[in-house]
Amino acid sequence: MALLETKEMAMQFGGLRAVDNFEISINKHELVGLIGPNGAGKTTIFNMLTGVYEPTEGSIILDGKDVTGKKPYEIVKFGAARTFQNIRLFKDLTVIDNIKIAYHNEMKYSTLEGIFRLKRYWKEEKKAHQECLDFLKIFDMEDYAETLAKNLPYGKQRKLEIARALATNPKILMLDEPAAGMNPQETHELMETIHFIRDKFDIAILLIEHDMHLVMGICERIVVIDYGKIIAKGTPDEIKNNPDVIRVYLGE
Amino acid sequence: MKQNTKKSYIFNISSIILLFVLMKILMSANILTKYYTGIVIFICINIILAASLNLATGYLGQLALGHAGFMAVGAYASAITAIAIKPSIVEFCSTLPEGIKFLINPATVILLTSLIVAGIIAGLVGIAIGIPALRLRGDYLGIITLGFGEVIRVVINNIKPITGGAQGLSGIPRITTFNNVYWITVVVVAILYTLTHSRQGRAIISIREDEIAAEAVGIRTTKYKVMGFAIAAFFAGIGGGLYAHYIAFLDPNTFGFMRSVEILVIVVLGGMGSLTGSIIAAILLTILPEALRDFAEYRLLIYSGLLVIMMIFRPQGIFGTHEFSMSGFIHKLRHNQIISPRKEVKEGE
Repeated sequence: MALLETKEMAMQFGGLRAVDNFEISINKHELVGLIGPNGAGKTTIFNMLTGVYEPTEGSIILDGKDVTGKKPYEIVKFGAARTFQNIRLFKDLTVIDNIKIAYHNEMKYSTLEGIFRLKRYWKEEKKAHQECLDFLKIFDMEDYAETLAKNLPYGKQRKLEIARALATNPKILMLDEPAAGMNPQETHELMETIHFIRDKFDIAILLIEHDMHLVMGICERIVVIDYGKIIAKGTPDEIKNNPDVIRVYLGE
Repeated sequence: MKQNTKKSYIFNISSIILLFVLMKILMSANILTKYYTGIVIFICINIILAASLNLATGYLGQLALGHAGFMAVGAYASAITAIAIKPSIVEFCSTLPEGIKFLINPATVILLTSLIVAGIIAGLVGIAIGIPALRLRGDYLGIITLGFGEVIRVVINNIKPITGGAQGLSGIPRITTFNNVYWITVVVVAILYTLTHSRQGRAIISIREDEIAAEAVGIRTTKYKVMGFAIAAFFAGIGGGLYAHYIAFLDPNTFGFMRSVEILVIVVLGGMGSLTGSIIAAILLTILPEALRDFAEYRLLIYSGLLVIMMIFRPQGIFGTHEFSMSGFIHKLRHNQIISPRKEVKEGE
């Protein structure tokens, strides 16, 4: 059974049909790319999948449960995490605190236990601190643990945002233009990171990207949309030779 | 790490006790006269008010301009409770056997009971206002909280049978003393500190940093916004209660918009997101108007001039979002880092 599945999902903004009849099905451990020209509705789809918008029609099934119309924080608990097109870190907090916030729901102590620092507070905080450090180690960022997030170099900020999303323990990770603003060297590193996390955490990944090199290089399947409608689906090779895709991207 | 925490606990507790003893000695030697002791009590009340507002404005990042409203709710709730329970508590205490009589001070019992009632009522009002108001943000939230603050004041002004209306409420037991206000302040600040350093506190701070990102990593933002706002109102209620029991007379007009602004100025000056900053600023801004009493006409002028200068040269407040810690300060002195900037990242390291 598919991990994430949408059925006839649509989004209507007043008179504008931003997304129409969108159907996608992503299996476990799959790497799927979502591409399309500017304004095609990619981010709108992301926002529907992560609960920022409620689809006006259709439904979203995540890991066998209907999550249509759920709030973003609830969808996180069902196992979908995301990053943003323009990086959204907790800029004035340290790198490790950024991770710890995503770790919030893994800790269970109550407000009063936290205020009076009872046994469970110390136990869970200590455990969380260690696990967050281990997490940073996976991303080679343990030396930056006490650095403010805003002082990180750009590439590392992207990496931190991905790490933070993974700290919520997702089954599927959605990346919104992870390579935006990166140079070829950084993009290459990012490709390696994406491959690495998929194998390490055994998760499915859905990514929106403009960088064709990146998309063609790592995605197993690609979905192309234009004006809110799916115009092509298939492997990178099929997509490369699809006349509709060529028309949309290069013109007649 | 644990060793360090223990050390700083011991250090903090002993310096708090030392300060208390020092003040008591100064008071008994009459160096701190009754007038000065009064100022110290006001400092403590302002610390409670500013620290609680800092939770809503500094940590949660929501501009709240109605803090005097919660203070008023607490003040009236506490005053009315104290007036109501005073006879029975005094009677109860006089029936206690001699052996434990000296252990229980009726004034303290009355004060603590009425403060808890005050806090709970103010907190409930905070929840009731917070749920609709916190859907807005920024300037809009500022305006709506300002409105609610005024609504509370006008309501108090108009329910004469309970609050005495515009004539004010008198006959409140005068039971706020330096001893109890000092320790209550210590407890309030300590609770706010540990709260902001727990997972719930981190959730609150993440809302200030980026609400959308916070929700995207699984934080229930609505819940924590209302929670932060309600806790701030709770402690504002306690601050109001202490005020009521010190002044012993309540006039609704003292809880107007300017009162809210005064508390906000303390928070902004001390640094939004720094409890120690709020403490320092509360001390400064309580002493300053008293010291400038001789130039009564120029008081507000100097006051606002100071703020303008502050905003130009250090807009983040005295401490910004950092906490002052003695051990950290000594550590820096020892490593000669006091002049060099805070731990910034060296690029490419």
